[in-house]
Amino acid sequence: MQLATLAQLNVERAARRAAILVTDVASGEQRLVKAADIAADPLRNELSTQLRMGKSGMVEAGGKRLFLNVYAPTARLVIVGAVHISQALAPIAKSLGYDVTVIDPRTAFASPERFPDVPLIAEWPDVALSPLNVDRYTAFVALTHDPKIDDPALLHAFARDCFYIGALGSRKTHAKRGDRLRAQGASDADIARIHAPIGLAIGAVSPSEIAVSIMAEITATLRLPAKEKEQAA
Amino acid sequence: MLNRDEDILKAAEDWHKSGHGVALATVVETWGSAPRPVGSNLVINDDGTFLGSVSGGCVEGAVVTEALDVISSGQPKMLEFGVADETAWNVGLSCGGTIRVFVEKVG
Repeated sequence: MQLATLAQLNVERAARRAAILVTDVASGEQRLVKAADIAADPLRNELSTQLRMGKSGMVEAGGKRLFLNVYAPTARLVIVGAVHISQALAPIAKSLGYDVTVIDPRTAFASPERFPDVPLIAEWPDVALSPLNVDRYTAFVALTHDPKIDDPALLHAFARDCFYIGALGSRKTHAKRGDRLRAQGASDADIARIHAPIGLAIGAVSPSEIAVSIMAEITATLRLPAKEKEQAA
Repeated sequence: MLNRDEDILKAAEDWHKSGHGVALATVVETWGSAPRPVGSNLVINDDGTFLGSVSGGCVEGAVVTEALDVISSGQPKMLEFGVADETAWNVGLSCGGTIRVFVEKVG
């Protein structure tokens, strides 16, 4: 790989932009296609298919065997609510390779003592979220239990098409949340995207166990094909 | 701390900038059960230091050795590992899968 290609790939990754490295495995010849340039590329059909599936693989094109290596941005977890569960969830998510950010306008909760080594934003969601560039490579959880904080955050997560959206609360709490969000313009399809009650049903009781169930559900959403996902839920 | 893909590729760039010979190994095809998915990267420098993985640790040693060759020759190589491989006793995959690994020099 040319050093310039590697440097360019690292720039794209640092900026959380997808890119695909195309390698002719016979000659070693290589080029990098940024996500934004796929539409104009001669291999656009193959490239967009692989990117959509988030899968690298070998393709045949123009009599050549090409390896398409899809470099999607690192998965990220945005946690709204600097609560006890979040204190357990943040380090678990970090150990799974996620970039983690915790948001809570309540400074008593969002304190560095409670969240060492985690980027922490002590602001309301409307201030905190837009600079984060929340995207479809982001998992988003709302854990404050406070509609003033969780609701606007969830509306943002719908708009940014997060791959996972979860919210803490019982079925009853969630039904009320659905009504409030609909009144603010959310569709039924949006509401249906929320995983609530949050987390896989593993009988979790303690904050750490709930964190494990949330992280397991996020992993299932990221990795399982749609049908098996339903069975896990 | 575990290395993530970005860290691995950033290390390759940094090693090269600090004057090391560097090779990049990538899983390009897998058959049967394989420990790391297609696209996984392992980077190797001329000290034999490596980051990332192409298997569960079964074939990394062999890939690092081949990578040192690639760093000195500059010629990319396609390696294949599997139980059917004649080197299976040494570097076969215990899980029974087969993987093909592309090794190329950086720079």
